[in-house]
Amino acid sequence: MRIFRFARTGRGKAGIIVLGFVLGVALIGPLVAPYDPAALVSAPDLTPSRAFPLGTDALGRDVLSRVLWGGRSVVWLALAATVGAFAIGTAIGLVAGYSRSLVDPVLMRTVDVILSFPPLLFFLIVATSVGTSELTLIVGIAIVLAPGIARIVYSATRETSVRGFVEAAVARGESTSAILRREILPNILDSIIANFGLTVTFSVLLVAAVNFLGLGLQPPAANWALMISENRDAIAINVWATVAPAAMIAALTVGVNLLGDAVSHTLGRSDIGAPAITRVEGT
Amino acid sequence: MGGLTSNARDQHELSALARVRRALLYFTVGSLRRHPLLRFTLRRVGQGIVTLLAASVVIFVGTSVVPGSPATALLGHQANPKAIAAIDHRLGYDKPIVQRYFQWLDNAVQGNLGNSAIEVAQGADNSPVWAAIRSPFIDTIILALITMLLLMPLSLLIGLVAGITAGRWPDQVFSTATLIFLALPEFVVGAILIAIFFVWLDVLPPVSLLAPGKLPFSDPKALVMPVLTLLAVSLAWTVRMIRIGTISVLRTDYVQMARLQGISERRVLRRYVLRNALAPSVQVFALSMQYLLGGVIVTETVFNYPGVGSQLVNAVTSHDDTEVQAIALILAAIYIAINVVADLIVMFLVPKLRTEA
Repeated sequence: MRIFRFARTGRGKAGIIVLGFVLGVALIGPLVAPYDPAALVSAPDLTPSRAFPLGTDALGRDVLSRVLWGGRSVVWLALAATVGAFAIGTAIGLVAGYSRSLVDPVLMRTVDVILSFPPLLFFLIVATSVGTSELTLIVGIAIVLAPGIARIVYSATRETSVRGFVEAAVARGESTSAILRREILPNILDSIIANFGLTVTFSVLLVAAVNFLGLGLQPPAANWALMISENRDAIAINVWATVAPAAMIAALTVGVNLLGDAVSHTLGRSDIGAPAITRVEGT
Repeated sequence: MGGLTSNARDQHELSALARVRRALLYFTVGSLRRHPLLRFTLRRVGQGIVTLLAASVVIFVGTSVVPGSPATALLGHQANPKAIAAIDHRLGYDKPIVQRYFQWLDNAVQGNLGNSAIEVAQGADNSPVWAAIRSPFIDTIILALITMLLLMPLSLLIGLVAGITAGRWPDQVFSTATLIFLALPEFVVGAILIAIFFVWLDVLPPVSLLAPGKLPFSDPKALVMPVLTLLAVSLAWTVRMIRIGTISVLRTDYVQMARLQGISERRVLRRYVLRNALAPSVQVFALSMQYLLGGVIVTETVFNYPGVGSQLVNAVTSHDDTEVQAIALILAAIYIAINVVADLIVMFLVPKLRTEA
């Protein structure tokens, strides 16, 4: 398949290796962790030793065990938010793009309003009243990411819905949902997939930022982003308690980005954020 | 005109107002017809105001989805419903949301951003939000301005070099570096900078606490790491965008034509490429300013920088609705204003676009 050609590019290979390592740690880590990530196993803020290769944190928990456990929530929360964003964004884009009624402007203007906010700010506004929980985190980030997807699906749907095979399906008397599912969706799948890498990157970044700000998962959860904010104050005593989770997040986001970049290139899409330029160039 | 008879004078005076009105109408409509730029400007500003109004609805409804959050934040979920109702009454939360929204909007338009919900709930009579967020706002603006002043020349320089050497080694180095920095969250960059410059080299302070009432300039060392963090992330993106813009200008027919005419490569770059690559960079810098508005939220928290970003996070954590609303409204207004201004600048720079507007 055309999509898998990315694995042959240098960046694609680098992305697969880096991402494979991080996902390996996140999935297998909990099985090999020497201690319980929440257990107080020794004196606080120890520097690395044979018993505690990355030292201990401010409460005396083993940093290595927490790093090995801390990837699961990072990965699954980001994936859940991405899936949610694609579900919401594709639904809005398909319905708005295919309908020729008031539904179209109402949905797309709502999308525009959400896009007129800094993404993180929108999440903070919702978090003020709803409070912090895993569900708020996933749904909130999905809503923040959905408008971008909705726009892309919307314009792809508009283009496709005037094509002959769609009109033929309408003439055959097929139901709207069948037309959307069987005729339009398969034909716009390419442009949806091309944005998958970018959306996952944003999702990882946003989920991590929210957790770092203390508005997502709550202690004593082991989570790389949360670990950085917990151990930052003691950075002068045990630097590894902050640097190790920071390096893991860095590897995850860089790996996802390299892979996403390679996929977009093999699909012939231009770079991240290109619309800002094409707007001016496209004259 | 002229040649008014005395008979007509009464009628003339009666209709003076109507005439002024008609003249004004003629003048404005006429000049709008003659000046497409003016028409575009008015329409774009109008759109901006409508967007801001819509944004204000989202902010107000968003912060009020769950009613009575300052009260439950103070008293806990198991609190006596009567005590919660008393606080809600004090805050005016027992009124219908539509009425509260218009009250809030009316005050905000007049420059009154209200009182801190938490302070009022705790018994204070008067605790204006603006007084609490004014000095953080100045600190944030200083942080963002310094970042922008460094960002613009650096990204133009690196972006042009990368674009001109596309495919060769300088481009490979920059492109790979930007791809990596683009992916890093601000707090990871910040944490790594603290590890390097504080723990290992011990040359910079790990936090950017400022004495109250002092401007950040009084302690320049405190600014270095926050600026570096914001710069690393935003530079990666602007360099990529300017690189792409440069490459697409280099591929145009007029550049090929100039080269075929034997114009020196240096002159081609200066006269043809540089100028045409600059126009799109206005949009790029506008977008990076918008990025900064969000970027400061996390960056300020990493370094405990006393700006409006860390203030916002504190307000969210303590469920201070009015303070979140005030900061969000101002940030949204700046965000939308940047969009409008950038569109206008591009419209002035690229005459071709005017006919489409």
